[in-house]
Amino acid sequence: MSALHGFLFQVYPYICLAVFLAGSLIRFDQNQYSWKSDSSQMLRAGTLRWGSNLFHIGILFLFVGHLVGLFTPHGVYGIFISAATKQMLAVVAGGVAGLLCFAGLTLLLHRRIFDARIRHTSHPTDIAVLVVLWVQLVVGLITLPFSWQHADGSVMLILADWAQRIVTLRPVDAAALAALPWPYLLHVVLGMTIFLLFPFSRLVHIWSGFASISYLFRPYQVVRARRLNLPPNHNQPDVRLPGAGD
Amino acid sequence: MSHFLDRLTYFSNPRESFSGDHGVTTGEDRTWEDAYRNRWAHDKIVRSTHGVNCTGSCSWKIYVKGGIVTWETQQTDYPRTRWDMPNHEPRGCSRGASYSWYLYSANRVKYPLVRGRLLKSWREARLTQDPVDAWAAIVGNDATRRDYQQRRGLGGFVRSSWDEVNEIIAAANVYTIKKYGPDRVIGFSPIPAMSMVSYAAGSRYLSLIGGVCMSFYDWYCDLPPSSPQVWGEQTDVPESADWFNSGFIIAWGSNVPQTRTPDAHFFTEVRYKGTKTVAITPDYSEVAKLADIWMHPKQGTDAAVAMAMGHVILKEFYFPDSGKPRSAYFDDYVRRYTDMPMLVMLKEHQLPNGETVMVPDRYVRASDFNGKLGQANNPEWKTVAFDESGKVVLPTGAIGFRWGPDGRADQGQWNLEAKEARHGNAVKLGLSVLEGDNPSNETAKVGFPYFGGIVSPHFANNASGDGAADVLVRTVPVRRIALGKEGEKREALVATVFDLQVANYGVARGLPGEMAASSFDDDTPYTPAWQERITGTPRAQLISVARQFADNADKTQGRSMVIIGAAMNHWYHSDMNYRGVINMLMMCGCIGQSGGGWAHYVGQEKLRPQTGWTALAFALDWIRPPRQMNSTSFFYAHTDQWRYEKLGVEEVISPLADKAQYGGSMIDYNVRAERMGWLPSAPQLQTNPLQVVRDAQAAGADPKDYTVKALKDGTLKMSCTDPDHPDNWPRNLFVWRSNLLGSSGKGHEYFLKHLLGTSNGVQGKDLGSDDAKPAEVRWHEHAPEGKLDLLVTLDFRMSTTCLYSDIVLPTATWYEKNDLNTSDMHPFIHPLSTAVDPAWQSRSDWEIYKGFARKFSEVCVGHLGVERELVLTPLMHDSPAELAQPFGVSDWKRGECELIPGKTAPNIQVVERDYPNVYKRFTALGPLMGKAGNGGKGIGWNTQTEVRQLGELNGLVTAEGATCGMAKIESDIDAAEVVLMLAPETNGHVAVKAWQALGKQTGLDHTHLALHREDEKIRFRDIQAQPRKIISSPTWSGIESETVSYNAGYTNVHEMIPWRTLTGRQQFYMDHPWMIAFGEGFSSYRPPVDLKTTAGMAGIKPNGNPEIALNFITPHQKWGIHSTYTDNLMMLTLSRGGPCVWLSEDDAKRAGIVDNDWIELFNLNGAIAARAVVSQRVNPGMVMMYHAQEKIVNTPGSEITGARGGIHNSVTRIVLKPTHMIGGYAQLSYGFNYYGTIGTNRDEFVVVRKMNKVDWLDTPATTEPALDAQQA
Repeated sequence: MSALHGFLFQVYPYICLAVFLAGSLIRFDQNQYSWKSDSSQMLRAGTLRWGSNLFHIGILFLFVGHLVGLFTPHGVYGIFISAATKQMLAVVAGGVAGLLCFAGLTLLLHRRIFDARIRHTSHPTDIAVLVVLWVQLVVGLITLPFSWQHADGSVMLILADWAQRIVTLRPVDAAALAALPWPYLLHVVLGMTIFLLFPFSRLVHIWSGFASISYLFRPYQVVRARRLNLPPNHNQPDVRLPGAGD
Repeated sequence: MSHFLDRLTYFSNPRESFSGDHGVTTGEDRTWEDAYRNRWAHDKIVRSTHGVNCTGSCSWKIYVKGGIVTWETQQTDYPRTRWDMPNHEPRGCSRGASYSWYLYSANRVKYPLVRGRLLKSWREARLTQDPVDAWAAIVGNDATRRDYQQRRGLGGFVRSSWDEVNEIIAAANVYTIKKYGPDRVIGFSPIPAMSMVSYAAGSRYLSLIGGVCMSFYDWYCDLPPSSPQVWGEQTDVPESADWFNSGFIIAWGSNVPQTRTPDAHFFTEVRYKGTKTVAITPDYSEVAKLADIWMHPKQGTDAAVAMAMGHVILKEFYFPDSGKPRSAYFDDYVRRYTDMPMLVMLKEHQLPNGETVMVPDRYVRASDFNGKLGQANNPEWKTVAFDESGKVVLPTGAIGFRWGPDGRADQGQWNLEAKEARHGNAVKLGLSVLEGDNPSNETAKVGFPYFGGIVSPHFANNASGDGAADVLVRTVPVRRIALGKEGEKREALVATVFDLQVANYGVARGLPGEMAASSFDDDTPYTPAWQERITGTPRAQLISVARQFADNADKTQGRSMVIIGAAMNHWYHSDMNYRGVINMLMMCGCIGQSGGGWAHYVGQEKLRPQTGWTALAFALDWIRPPRQMNSTSFFYAHTDQWRYEKLGVEEVISPLADKAQYGGSMIDYNVRAERMGWLPSAPQLQTNPLQVVRDAQAAGADPKDYTVKALKDGTLKMSCTDPDHPDNWPRNLFVWRSNLLGSSGKGHEYFLKHLLGTSNGVQGKDLGSDDAKPAEVRWHEHAPEGKLDLLVTLDFRMSTTCLYSDIVLPTATWYEKNDLNTSDMHPFIHPLSTAVDPAWQSRSDWEIYKGFARKFSEVCVGHLGVERELVLTPLMHDSPAELAQPFGVSDWKRGECELIPGKTAPNIQVVERDYPNVYKRFTALGPLMGKAGNGGKGIGWNTQTEVRQLGELNGLVTAEGATCGMAKIESDIDAAEVVLMLAPETNGHVAVKAWQALGKQTGLDHTHLALHREDEKIRFRDIQAQPRKIISSPTWSGIESETVSYNAGYTNVHEMIPWRTLTGRQQFYMDHPWMIAFGEGFSSYRPPVDLKTTAGMAGIKPNGNPEIALNFITPHQKWGIHSTYTDNLMMLTLSRGGPCVWLSEDDAKRAGIVDNDWIELFNLNGAIAARAVVSQRVNPGMVMMYHAQEKIVNTPGSEITGARGGIHNSVTRIVLKPTHMIGGYAQLSYGFNYYGTIGTNRDEFVVVRKMNKVDWLDTPATTEPALDAQQA
């Protein structure tokens, strides 16, 4: 038992992270034409409008919530807010976002499986990703009532500590986690599995999604020069390019 | 290097902002753009085209990258059209652009394939025997033979090698020649113009070994027999650019935008000049959308429309209301260029009601007169007319002037100059006996057959007015003339064709007591009112269109045109549909005038360098004559469709004919036609022709005399009298460039049953013992199944035909071989070129047949050496034999005449075949071109210069042997150069010689048509650089010029060259006894025939759904490369992706069918399973299935047959028409693909029913095919 826990909470995270990072990198380098969100909107709009929007709003909120919630050291937010209040905030806000996401994801999953046209054009990983996400979301929602049982935020602190130590390469003893109720464990393991699946599925578009934020900060017009290493000020008026025109 | 690492250069990249930081210049990596650049980059562009049965003949750019054909686009470098006309380019449609898919598709045939069971037997037999004996062992054992025959169509191919398949094929050919005769080796390939060298490869091989080349144009029913009947011309048409010169165009049964896509722009462009366009088509087709007026008569009733329009034209422009003059242009035209002035004898006929009327008989000939009008040469083939004073005159130009010894008195009088032949004075022929200083005051009641009253279950009739009886009795002005030599004087009542024609159309001309229509609203044949009930076309619309058509022609001197399509030609009575329309064009002086005329663009694709090509293709450089066969009669007999014939002769005979004289069944007429030398035969004699010569030698007799004697005493039998006897079966069949079994094989299920001997869907029983059996043909109680020993197909894709073959050979695609391509739609010749080498193990057709020839020469040793044999040929059109039988029909077998080969019977010639040298002969230009010269269409010229030049060009054979020192024909380009060098169309020097040769016959100088291009010699590399415009040649009736577009009949009208008909003119009247007996002396409307194939099937195998009977129409494919190639993934994606048929909303409702339902179409001939397309486009009463939807794509099993659901020809069966068999009679003489029986299929009806259960038959076959169970 403890060996399994040790593997799941001390080794498996690194396998997942390594595959996630290296896999994304390799796929980006080697197979750029596969780097896409693979939208099926062209084949059937229908429930996609509601499903996709609800899902994406919900999941983005949950993602940011988890990111901030898990990786902000207690010492940082403890100044402003107690663990118990933070948990209450997480349960309420996360619960609302989770329900939105659940509605959207269920629509998407239903559409993918029961719309023949979508079903036939689906890659197996398309369905797998949706199923895993759906289960993960349901398990996440199941943890909410458990959280009422320890409203002090203690479980939240254990999980945050585990996550922070993983990314800072100081894994905790798995026993601390193993004692938690099963939905938490399942949620954690599935969460890591999603990272494992990430480079092999359409999830890679998440990278691009975040990268596209840079669009907000670029100038109105971008001129990509034909040549690399252009001399400074080459595009300024009245500057003669060396070697040009003679 | 790495997409990721490259992005890590953010800070080292120069970034410079401009416009106050609103813009930035970056030096970021742009190599990703190369993906888009490379997508459209290519290594080379090669000119080729699509060797498909399409008249488009478009030149294409083939793009090659990395040794792979990537895509194709249209060429745009055609030579310009005349300054005042739009250009041809760009030519090519989106369907053609999908072709490159085939090259690397899963459907490509990549290796030589052999039916597994056959190969197993072969390899076993080969262990101990030489190839020929091994083949003998396989086909000599019925169990082994049937073992692989019964698997045809069921898969089971295994990969073989070229060496092995060549050996099997050569051995089969050698064995068949040795055992049964060379005419049991058959080859089918259509339309040489689409890839001339490929065609020639097979036909050259077959012609060298004595095999038979099968016709296609008549078999496809694309040949309109009306064209040779009226003009003595196979088919000649204006190029599409000439549409632009037209003032009024009717597209009649021709779906121009869909089927002539690259040419359709002329149809649109001419409308900007104010030209009106009319579409006549029963369904709302693409052309209906394009035209100004859409007329939609009931399908199959076009002749009624044409007759009524002819009635309007005759009435309004020839006999206009008082005060208005007759059209001077029309009057002059028909007088000079048609048979209207010619005299026809009338004979008495008693009608069943006791009334005696006159009926038109044959034309009066010079030989009828005392002293034969001074004509020593062919007086029985010279027709006469009256001049303006009512005196009989002998105009020049009749066919009797065409033939005769050199130096004869009438040489040079075969022309259309308005001259009297006897003294050369100008003469104006009389159109009517009422004309001139001395009008006749006599009239006669003349009877014309009337078929419009025939009651049919599916087509409305009209028996009102004169039409109440089956003979129209009408008033015709006549004159009496004296005939016969001194002492045998007799008086004859004669009328002009014009006067008869006017009466036939029922046009009133003010004769006292006249029996004719009083007005257009008079419901009597053939008025606009009369046709309403038959065709459903409003009379006002019809009158208006006819009037505008003629008015335009009158004002523009003939610039009214009819673009006509197969939709009208595929009916049993196609001749009436077509002649009705041709009559309109002739009456309006449109034929031979630019912008006018008859434009039948169907399946013909003008083989422009024809006379250069025939030499190569039929090995005329080595052996003459070649064996050629009309496919319709061949398949009718050898797929045993004749055994199921339900159409009686009495149903199609004229009410004026002697029924006792015209009994029997359709095949009897074909047998008589073969016996009298009218139609060709294949096989020819029941005895091996090699053996006949040996027997003759043994008897010490001349083989020809021996054969005549033996035929007469019955010891030698013609094969046609017993097509089911094993000695008369076709044994080996080559199919190349064709999808015979997936597309053109009318009576598909009969092919499968009798010719192939495999599982089939034939539902009906043959005539059996109760029904009348044919009189001339031996009846076998059990019809043979599996006549063919070997079926070899050359294709680049696994077509339906391949699936049924024993050996499938991978051939080069259209982008992998060198070849020539021409069309009737444009004047250019251009190539197919090897953009890439043939992929996998495929080879060009030229190389494949060369391989057969090489192996044949090897394996024949010890079995065949230098052999002599007999070849029978019919009395050919454009040869002196077309004057063989001037009067009546005499059958030597019935003792009505002597058997004289070439006169009353087929010509019999002894030829020598050097079998061990077949390969050497195949690859060298033989000596006959130099010795016997070249020619075509009755014109011959010396071609020694060209033979010498070819030797210089291609090189000479250096190897010792039979061909040492002759010009090489090693590669496909060598072969193309032979064609280009010998043909007048591509060699100006030859063109001038050809025009000179014609000038000798016409007495006129025509060389001005080619002199300006005499030095031009078009070579293969020239046309690879750019398509070239061909040179005017007397092979064709139009000219290439900078002042006029190509138009059929142009040289007849403007160079005074006679049409190659009996009268030398365009003929409204056909005076052959069979034409008269079958009611087609003059045009009329004839309803579709009842083939009786649905009644026997309705309700026999019910599935609970309603069954309705609909007319089965098979129009031209929309989602295929031309009428075939529908298995292309792109075409399938654009369409429904499998077999579908169109039906009307009304009929669908009646049968409880909604769109996309699986439905079944069936009748006695077989069944089709397909999806329904329910559309307002379709007229109720008919169902449309596009051509050639492959059985191999998404076709489920049939509930009726239990076999896979068939192709469009699964529900058809061909029916012969005796008038198409006529021979030895001027233009009614046989020519390969020129005249002969046609495979009509439009009169067919099917039962339509929704399917209950769709069974894909996708379980493994049981150990033995279902066939065994059927037989048990």
